Amino acid sequence: MKFIFFISNIAMPMIILIIVIYGMKERKNVFDIFLDGAKEGIKITFNIFPTLIGLFVAIGALKSSGIFDLINYIVSPILNIIHFPSELMPLAILRPISGSSSIAIATELMRNYGVDSNLGKIASTIMGSTETTLYTIAIYTSCIKIKKTRHILLAALCADLVGIITSVVVCNIMF
Amino acid sequence: MLNIVWPFFIVISFCFAIFSGNIEKLNSSIFESTQNVINLTINLLGTMCLWNGIIKIAENTKIIDTLSKVLKPIIRFLFPELKNNKRIQKEISMNMIANILGLGNAATPLGIKTMESMDKENVNKERLSDSMMMFIVINTASIQIIPTTVIAIRNSLGSENSTLIVFPVWIATILAAIARNNCNKNSY
Repeated sequence: MKFIFFISNIAMPMIILIIVIYGMKERKNVFDIFLDGAKEGIKITFNIFPTLIGLFVAIGALKSSGIFDLINYIVSPILNIIHFPSELMPLAILRPISGSSSIAIATELMRNYGVDSNLGKIASTIMGSTETTLYTIAIYTSCIKIKKTRHILLAALCADLVGIITSVVVCNIMF
Repeated sequence: MLNIVWPFFIVISFCFAIFSGNIEKLNSSIFESTQNVINLTINLLGTMCLWNGIIKIAENTKIIDTLSKVLKPIIRFLFPELKNNKRIQKEISMNMIANILGLGNAATPLGIKTMESMDKENVNKERLSDSMMMFIVINTASIQIIPTTVIAIRNSLGSENSTLIVFPVWIATILAAIARNNCNKNSY
């Protein structure tokens, strides 16, 4: 287990190191390029800001209205069988549909239940291991004007489900 | 999509709050939420800028070319139809590497180019070929070494160890990717 924590910790610094060394090896102006990218980071953050406002208000309203308590009451017997926390339901549903809204929901979850709580870790793992499936499929099928997409959506959504359930199971075992 | 989901959330919660007598809580939550977003965004800004800077360096080097050699055998296995087409194989591997490194901005244009090349080889232009389906499925799989956005968010919320989730992410990603490929292959 200690080794796993070690890998989790070292992965990020190693990647930064390798990329910077690569840039130096090719005699690029590493710092100038870095600044360019960092400027884009500002743009990205401010681009998701309006989405965050809209969804945080909506989710906050949903939560304070007490409707989640009702939903939990109805679905928790089923979810309990696989030890799936019902608080994660909104995230699991919205993850394949919208990138920015699932970021907002995951962030809300982490803020409310604690970023280092079990729930916070599971939400992080779900976010890291799945993709905005519908968006990706839309981009790659629309660029070549294809009509018959066969069963691609079903296959991708099944895999998302596997990813989400695995996230819950792995986090429950590890933490 | 959010044009349906968002108003639905608002209407449901406002109606339910009136019905359950939680209107006071709802009222204060509205302004609390906007305040939370401000705090979050300011904290997020730093990490997002750092990562985008690092990623930009990777985009400007030949690191993708070097790493794509490693993927050759995997690509031959996943795309048996393309075994004689070296050019498309290379395009696929570059897209995969960009995904693995978390270079979303680089991966998408590379991927679109690959789809166009595969479309030229496609016999029935109306219908996705098997290789195209496999390619899209791989791109929905989020095979990432470092989930940068999540780590940025965890950092901004004051996590004691924001990179702790890297290993569980790998396991979940790999299992999801295997499931994806099986769903795809079995349903041809």
